Amino acid sequence: MPIKIVQNFFKRIFNNLFKNRREIKLGFYGPTNAGKTSLANRICKDFTGEEIGEVSKIPHHTRNIQFKEKVEIDYKGKKMTFKIVDTPGIATKIDYEDFLKYKVKKKEAKSRAKEATQGVIESIKWLDDMDLVVIVLDATKNPYNQVNITIIGNLAARKIPVLIVANKIDLKKADIKKIEAAFPEYDIVGISAKYGKNLEEFYESLFRVSKKI
Amino acid sequence: MKKKRTKKKKNTRNLNKFSIQFITSAEIKEMNSEERIKTILEIVSENNLLIIQGKLKPEEETRLIGNTMALIGKSNDFKGVELAIISDNHSKNFLDKLRKNIVKMLSGGDLGIITIVGPATVVKEIQRNPKKIELFFRN
Repeated sequence: MPIKIVQNFFKRIFNNLFKNRREIKLGFYGPTNAGKTSLANRICKDFTGEEIGEVSKIPHHTRNIQFKEKVEIDYKGKKMTFKIVDTPGIATKIDYEDFLKYKVKKKEAKSRAKEATQGVIESIKWLDDMDLVVIVLDATKNPYNQVNITIIGNLAARKIPVLIVANKIDLKKADIKKIEAAFPEYDIVGISAKYGKNLEEFYESLFRVSKKI
Repeated sequence: MKKKRTKKKKNTRNLNKFSIQFITSAEIKEMNSEERIKTILEIVSENNLLIIQGKLKPEEETRLIGNTMALIGKSNDFKGVELAIISDNHSKNFLDKLRKNIVKMLSGGDLGIITIVGPATVVKEIQRNPKKIELFFRN
């Protein structure tokens, strides 16, 4: 851990020297089915015209790291170039039987579960490489989840800036105040990635948090 | 019909074997990171609920998740873990914090924190709200 802190310190000095010339590695992390790919798609589509990956209601649909390089976000005259990294959802348990509920065949469910475990391992490995992380949480769910706390705690320990997104605010059950109460020391922005709601505030917060790199 | 009966037997077997184990902060402190994670997964993969006095370091928590995933890939019966770290974070004033830090310094660890790790085949969910913790079991 002390080695990582020293590494991050030098990384920050290097980043400041070349701040406006290089790509910022922007990771999308969070639990499964929170809308990480939906949000990454929305950003990529807006600024490159292409999506990053497929979206599905079945958990662990994203089982590999997906990325898009040189995404230049232009917001109110300010420009920043990002490498968007969409990661598989982090979980502490994976049961192939859970996929059967979505009418996935048993053989496919088993292979999906195996790939999903690898996906979680990959997501964790990539944590160290990120310059900035957007934690995407489902605003209709209880935020006091150990996976959320573990990811955020790890990023804090690695001194990687974090922006928390409360997604799915278009749904009645969404409760952004609960997320704000759970993580009072972080920037939190409520959005609907599906409908593109409140993305202006998201970009505003993203540029603000980017200054911490 | 036959299939249903088999499934029921399997679940009952899980609950019959279920026990609760406790690791004190002194025990956990004696271990290095690798030993901690190995011990936790050994206990939990044998269908035991584990309560630890204290907590893992942030990087140990992610390693625990990573090793859990690797173990799911190797075993047919192990489906993962349910994990919760419970601490008293509500003391906001300076004196409270100072008192907590003195106790922490004297005891060599934060005794106000406990970590609960359970096998996902037995513990369905550990639901945590700021003021209460609920453990939901399968079956």
